[in-house]
Amino acid sequence: MSGSHEEELARLRAQNAALQRECDRLNSRFGAPAEQGPLQAAAGGGAVASDGEATAVASPASWDGLGHGLTKDQIARYSRQIVLHSFGVQAQSRLCLGSVLIIGAGGLGSPAALYLAAAGVGRLGLLDRDEVELSNIHRQVIHTEASVGVHKAVSAARACRALNSSIQVETHLEALTPANAVQLVRQYDVILDASDNAPTRYLISDACCAAGRPLVSGAAIGTDGQLTVYCHGDDGPCYRCLFPEAPAAGNCARCVDAGVLGVVPGIIGTLQALEAVKLLSGVGEPLSRRLLVADLAAGRFHAVKLRAKSPACVACGSAPAITAASLPQYDYTAFTGQAAANDAAPLPLQLIPWEERITPAELQQRLASEPGAVLVDVRPAEQYNICHLPGAVHAPYKHFSRHLDAIQERLAAAAGVSLPPPAAAAGQQGQQDGGGTEQQDGTAPPPPPLYVVCRRGNDSQRAVAALRAAGISHGVDVMGGMEGWAREVDQGFPTY
Amino acid sequence: MDVRVLFFARSRELAGTSEATLALEAGSTTAALLPRLMEQYPWLAELGGSFVLSLNQEYLAPGEEQVLKAGDEVAVIPPISGG
Repeated sequence: MSGSHEEELARLRAQNAALQRECDRLNSRFGAPAEQGPLQAAAGGGAVASDGEATAVASPASWDGLGHGLTKDQIARYSRQIVLHSFGVQAQSRLCLGSVLIIGAGGLGSPAALYLAAAGVGRLGLLDRDEVELSNIHRQVIHTEASVGVHKAVSAARACRALNSSIQVETHLEALTPANAVQLVRQYDVILDASDNAPTRYLISDACCAAGRPLVSGAAIGTDGQLTVYCHGDDGPCYRCLFPEAPAAGNCARCVDAGVLGVVPGIIGTLQALEAVKLLSGVGEPLSRRLLVADLAAGRFHAVKLRAKSPACVACGSAPAITAASLPQYDYTAFTGQAAANDAAPLPLQLIPWEERITPAELQQRLASEPGAVLVDVRPAEQYNICHLPGAVHAPYKHFSRHLDAIQERLAAAAGVSLPPPAAAAGQQGQQDGGGTEQQDGTAPPPPPLYVVCRRGNDSQRAVAALRAAGISHGVDVMGGMEGWAREVDQGFPTY
Repeated sequence: MDVRVLFFARSRELAGTSEATLALEAGSTTAALLPRLMEQYPWLAELGGSFVLSLNQEYLAPGEEQVLKAGDEVAVIPPISGG
């Protein structure tokens, strides 16, 4: 055995002793760990823990006099934040011994995971049930083109390990559910809510209340962001204290429909990483009892002082109804009126009779054989502007009633195209007065065919019903919308 | 007297503006704030009960009454859930 080997052993023993001291110190301060203790976290943090036989060995190394337990490699790697006046070795040591669970490896989770891995958080948990899609990557920058189709937690873990091989990265490929939430949250020191839907947000907050873990909550949509730390300390409020009533489903815009500027979740997720670093290291002032609201289109950050937690809160109040024992039975879908939807398409609905619906292939045939047919596209302007069928009338469903006149005018004009001139004037008059169903004198021709299309075939059904309510009763819905068109008729049609 | 109103996230879309001035009678309290807001921006009703109001960057609890003064800043903050 060479001298260097013995030196290495001595060094490891010293580290182990230092870690044990830190462990004892933390245990005496916070109580013994419930499940995975900091020593196990440290095993992934670059230090090799032996079986405890070396606990009595005093540190012989002159460079380890302060009990911070950092290795030479760790000191080199994290030196720029260690030399930071307000941070130092003790704060870095706490980071290396700490653990964070990031729920959602998407737009918020991407930068959060990268920064926390880089900063040396000893154990990182990454939870996501989805796979990477090409449309994710503009904001979910932890993933690459090569990871399209790969599980997001796996792809994110790969990137974190590439950035820092000395930390422990754990993947959770299942969804967070009322059944597993409390047990998962208990395994980590700090929880990051990087999820994308309201029911999951309430679930995470409740689980953090029940498990007594601080929650760094970030959210982003469009060009807006929000950030705060919930369930922190004795008096920090939880998500329910602030929003006891779940938002109406219509107000929970999702990235897939409403869009999101990629850098916006990037900023909020980065701030979440910062809050987690502050909580673990004990440095700085966590954003507890303050809500940061960002209108990033305007470049405006607005910080609102929040109240202490509400004594009446059902999750964190003085007599909570939601506890670790009762949480698994709580129905989050019923409470929020929405399923824990991800970035995927909404379920196709059947809202109007089948006889008022045709397939995209039928639409193609009819448009070819009916020169006077009118096609109404009810998608939002941003989607219509990506690509639409020639001659489509644009009438966004969001403000559909404002577009009824334009549809009437197009029907009238089409009646003129498709019919002989003398009958056209009578038909036009009839439609302008009361809609297409009104027969003036028995000679009025049937109105021009009317087809309604949207992105996937739900809003277009609602629009057909709205047309009927407005007196235009012959509208026909195109099942599956423009996505169906792209699948069945024209695979070159851009989808998004 | 005028108070300044900031609209965030969905409330900005519904109000059609990110910032507005709301005219209130002198001596009005925060109790007058919400009805006046809804009158001027009826689309905000779509938010239902799910939003937070702040007054001069401090959380305003539902039902809490404070006397307003000219130049006060109110923010309408609905939760967002995307990520």
